[in-house]
Amino acid sequence: MMKATESFVPTAEKGRVVTIAERESAILPAEKIRSVDLRASFGATEVLKGITLPILERQVTAIIGPSGCGKSTFVRCLNRMHETAHRATVAGRVLLDGRDIYRAGIDPVAIRRRVGMVFQKPNPFPTMSIAENVLAGLSLTGERIPHRMELVEKALRQAALWDEVKDILPRSGASLSGGQQQRLCIARALALDPEVLLMDEPCSALDPIATARIEELIHELGDHVTIVIVTHNMQQAGRVADHTAFLYMGELVEYGPTDRVFTRPAEQRTEDYITGRFG
Amino acid sequence: MAADTHETRTANRGDLVFQRLIVVGAVVMVVLLAAIALELTRESRLSLSASGVRFLGSTAWDPVKELFGGLPFIYGTLVSSFLALLVAVPVSLGVAIFLVELAPSWLRGPVGFMVELLAALPSVVYGLWGIFVLVPWLRGGVEPALARSLGFLPFFSGPSQGFGMLAGGLVLSIMILPTIASVSREVLRAVPNWLREGALALGTTRWEMIRGTVLPFARSGIIGAVILGLGRALGETMAVTMVIGNRPKIAASLFAPGYTMASVIANEYTEATGDLHLSALAEIGLLLFAVTLALNALARLLVWRVSRVAVQGSRR
Ligand SMILES: Nc1ncnc2c1ncn2[C@@H]1O[C@H](COP(=O)(O)OP(=O)(O)OP(=O)(O)O)[C@@H](O)[C@H]1O
Ligand SMILES: [Mg+2]
Repeated sequence: MMKATESFVPTAEKGRVVTIAERESAILPAEKIRSVDLRASFGATEVLKGITLPILERQVTAIIGPSGCGKSTFVRCLNRMHETAHRATVAGRVLLDGRDIYRAGIDPVAIRRRVGMVFQKPNPFPTMSIAENVLAGLSLTGERIPHRMELVEKALRQAALWDEVKDILPRSGASLSGGQQQRLCIARALALDPEVLLMDEPCSALDPIATARIEELIHELGDHVTIVIVTHNMQQAGRVADHTAFLYMGELVEYGPTDRVFTRPAEQRTEDYITGRFG
Repeated sequence: MAADTHETRTANRGDLVFQRLIVVGAVVMVVLLAAIALELTRESRLSLSASGVRFLGSTAWDPVKELFGGLPFIYGTLVSSFLALLVAVPVSLGVAIFLVELAPSWLRGPVGFMVELLAALPSVVYGLWGIFVLVPWLRGGVEPALARSLGFLPFFSGPSQGFGMLAGGLVLSIMILPTIASVSREVLRAVPNWLREGALALGTTRWEMIRGTVLPFARSGIIGAVILGLGRALGETMAVTMVIGNRPKIAASLFAPGYTMASVIANEYTEATGDLHLSALAEIGLLLFAVTLALNALARLLVWRVSRVAVQGSRR
């Protein structure tokens, strides 16, 4: 994907001297999402206290931090799921392709179409078959699905689940193992062809083998989807993420390339957390 | 170590006592039910041997001539209960969905409380309301209007009488509405939140989420709620007796008076003179008992099934 950006620069700027600064900013991936002074509350309790954070396009961004620091709340603000909780409110802005998804007149339903989500606990629909689960996003909204089986196969292949379920597609989605269910949920999100995929601790209920499969999957998807992954597992963040953000008590403490954050953290609190001195 | 054994033993004894109590309770229930069924059968022996199965198909009910046919009552009970379901099911499901999924939280408590209050009102109060409000309203406005617009249908033909099958069905529908609404509300509340979040995160509207995931998940529980409501409608006596007209005739028109199984037992038992008359009433009672029992068993089964699916779905 770096190549795509690079080849774009010379043609666009043909016949002109390109400054180093310009070249650098062009090579850097575009910002898919930026939260600006994002504040989120449950009733009177503010749990996100003004977070400004870029999410780069077609990169994997990990959100780390101790339990209760607001990681889930943060990602749920990125697709307007936060407000579906009881007494939950949001202030500040979230720019998706530069446009605020919280501005008046925006339909949250349309945002959730573009920004898919995978939850910590696998949640396939138990009343639907495996194939129906994959197509649920389309069928629930009453959309016509012209090439059902092709779409089911494509999404399940993308989620690295096809070979395991291709002979049992009519079975209930709840009949699969936990790791398979989680990949089914990923397939369900991918079937909608989202621009961004939010994953809230997608591996916390899984064994190491299933976890490895999902990490592999994140690697592959990262080439064409923007991914935000919440994780408690430092090694996992190190393995899958291009960039890492460290949240602490509702505030952004540090953000940067994953290598840098893990090897040379700028903040003492980050170092304490990743070396396991607290949290 | 000693304390440990001691603790285990008392815990076990507590379990044992509890288990015994449950077994005793269950046995008492079964014995009671069997005793009622036996007694009803004994009481209706005379009628059973006099007319046998023909009792179910005969429309003649004339105690003076000692003619006893149960069909008008079976018909009246089934039609009035069916009418009640027709009106009550959509309304009470709407109320339940509104209370669990849509209502602002400050409204949920008061409306829920009112629904439960409706369920607690004695049925004679519904009967009085039927006599003073519903019947005049049907006779003076609704029935003539129905006859004018839909009079070509046999159900809406004939003179407007107020007291009749329509009044009985409507009073019943209002009585079973809170039952169905509050049981379905509990069923919907038991639907786990991860199901709703899963659907919303796919970009469904609230209604698409409810229709496509919540209701299918709760389906058998809701059917159970409806059957519980039906059970109440089948057995309801006082309110129906007060408005249905109490005439043992089968008429196509819903405006015409009818009679139900429960009503005829309540009305005629104290005044019945002949043994055969008493026995025929007992046979109607036996029939009502069997139908209600079967429906309640079915309802339990369905509610049990939905809760089992819920447990399976959340175990991962
Ligand atoms: N539904 C809710 N109502 C009220 N407060 C909530 C609710 N959900 C979360 N909170 C609070 O908001 C804060 C942030 O929660 P959040 O779930 O975002 O944390 P998290 O970083 O994802 O934690 P974890 O790693 O344990 O998942 C916590 O202090 C929590 O107590
Ligand atoms: Mg969380």
